[in-house]
Amino acid sequence: MKRLAGAAGFVVALWLANGLLAGSLVPGYRISPYVLQVICLAGINIILAVSLNLINGFTGQFSIGHAGFMAIGGYSSAFLTVTFGDRIRAAVSFLPESGQNGVLLLAGVAAAAILAAIAGFLVGVPSLRLRGDYLAIVTLGFGEIIRVFILNIDAVGGARGFSGIPKLANFFWIYLFAAITILVVSRIVRSSFGRTLIAIREDEIAAEAMGVDTTRSKVISFIVSSAMAGIAGALFGHYLMYLHTNSFTFIKSIEIIIMIVIGGLGSITGSVLGAVLYIGLTEGLREFAQYRMVLFSFLLIVLMIVRPQGILGHREILAFLPRRWRLGVDAPPAAG
Amino acid sequence: MRLRPPDRVARVPLLELSGVTMRFGGLVAVNDLSLGVEPGQLYGLIGPNGAGKTTVFNVITGVYRPTAGQISFEGHSIGGKRSGSITRHGIARTFQNIRLFADMTVLDNVKVAFHCRQEAHLGAAILRSPLHAAEETRIDRESRELLKIFHLDNLAGEKAKNLPYGSQRRLEIARAMATSPRLLLLDEPAAGMNPQESNDLMDLIRWVRDQYGMAILLVEHNMKVVMGICETVHVLDYGSTIAVGPPAEIQENPKVIEAYLGGA
Repeated sequence: MKRLAGAAGFVVALWLANGLLAGSLVPGYRISPYVLQVICLAGINIILAVSLNLINGFTGQFSIGHAGFMAIGGYSSAFLTVTFGDRIRAAVSFLPESGQNGVLLLAGVAAAAILAAIAGFLVGVPSLRLRGDYLAIVTLGFGEIIRVFILNIDAVGGARGFSGIPKLANFFWIYLFAAITILVVSRIVRSSFGRTLIAIREDEIAAEAMGVDTTRSKVISFIVSSAMAGIAGALFGHYLMYLHTNSFTFIKSIEIIIMIVIGGLGSITGSVLGAVLYIGLTEGLREFAQYRMVLFSFLLIVLMIVRPQGILGHREILAFLPRRWRLGVDAPPAAG
Repeated sequence: MRLRPPDRVARVPLLELSGVTMRFGGLVAVNDLSLGVEPGQLYGLIGPNGAGKTTVFNVITGVYRPTAGQISFEGHSIGGKRSGSITRHGIARTFQNIRLFADMTVLDNVKVAFHCRQEAHLGAAILRSPLHAAEETRIDRESRELLKIFHLDNLAGEKAKNLPYGSQRRLEIARAMATSPRLLLLDEPAAGMNPQESNDLMDLIRWVRDQYGMAILLVEHNMKVVMGICETVHVLDYGSTIAVGPPAEIQENPKVIEAYLGGA
């Protein structure tokens, strides 16, 4: 009951924040659309970074194909809402408009998650037998294959891009799914299954010798991670109302990797921090025009020299707070 | 008909290797090895450096697929199966060059090994179901009990990599025990220990065997440990068996002495 009340409270708070930001709550008050867009894209980046961290940071399997799964999610959900949108709306016509939008978005998100999970399974089973550099190259290749494949499907716009996607995602939905992603990933890594993932990262041979089915654990972690990338793709498409395969090149995958490396591989709060910092830095440095990327790269180099393990390292942000603020959340268990 | 001691007739081997050969290209690391470990037995595998002892472990635990020969455990053939599946059958091991999960806590190192006997699945963990919570509580309790046996309970929250060497070796054994094996393979557990530590280790190995009734197959260079606790000693040289028998016999065996000290 207490948990349910907490969840309901969170949803209400998110809904109020959404109203405040979009200007429908307090008449006359509205933040700039540019800032709102940056905040929303940061939310999508949080989903991408936290989900990639599950496979790269916690399981230690270096994947560079995340943008491919995001593309699958974006395109499949957009295809669903554009093609079957009217029929789905008709089926739930008793709801108000915002409710219909929600149902439609959820249908799109579900399709995105399922298709991206299937793709994750198909890519993961053969490629997760490889380690280190080899896995990175293979996932990079699969990511590009997915992108080029979509580029050649005329039904989703091909090289023209996919336009006419309804605007269904907003601050509320993006941050709701960001919160769900964080919750699910943190529960996974703290579970018994999550311990097997970390064990695989630490020493795969020893993990296998302790009875862990390492292939199964790695594939499951990859599928979950891909499904979440698919959800991020669905929100991305329904927020910007336009999709083009140029948004899903391997550069996008590298960006997500930069986010989790900045924040610290194997730290969920680190990924959130990395995602926000990444978009904050790239947007904040805009006034330096052509020097933007030079400065950005320079900052990354400095960070990697000063703190190669990322800002938070393997730890969560709670571990850095004074002990009395933590209320036993992350305190080491008492010896007994 | 040959007469055998009565207790030998009744006991069926827990682990049986027959004619196992492991070849790496032109090198024969293990040559036509046959051995049987009975339930509850303390079985020592010794030999000079490079005799193939660790290779035998790797073949039994599925790290390598044997070139030829049969391996059976409790009557099931396990040759060529994956390590994880062999561990779930009931064989656990430690490593000669310690392979702990360095960045995990001592407690979590042991908890990982409990995973293979667990019921609750990932969905239960994400939804925080009562089954998962109950299982986590049980694993936490059993892990702490196990750590207590190995005198590691006061280090439960410490990262494994920060432990002193002797404690890391004990943690490796504790972790292997957590998979509830019926056969425990220890690869040089006394390596790098001082005489006091290796004496304690001998007591611990004996105690574990008596308490849990599991068979232990031991590779060790420390002769005091091997001769002190093993009931049967198996000597390998260049991958081939040169002697099998009780410790007292092995110490007298001229072939063994020659293998260790070189021919006259």
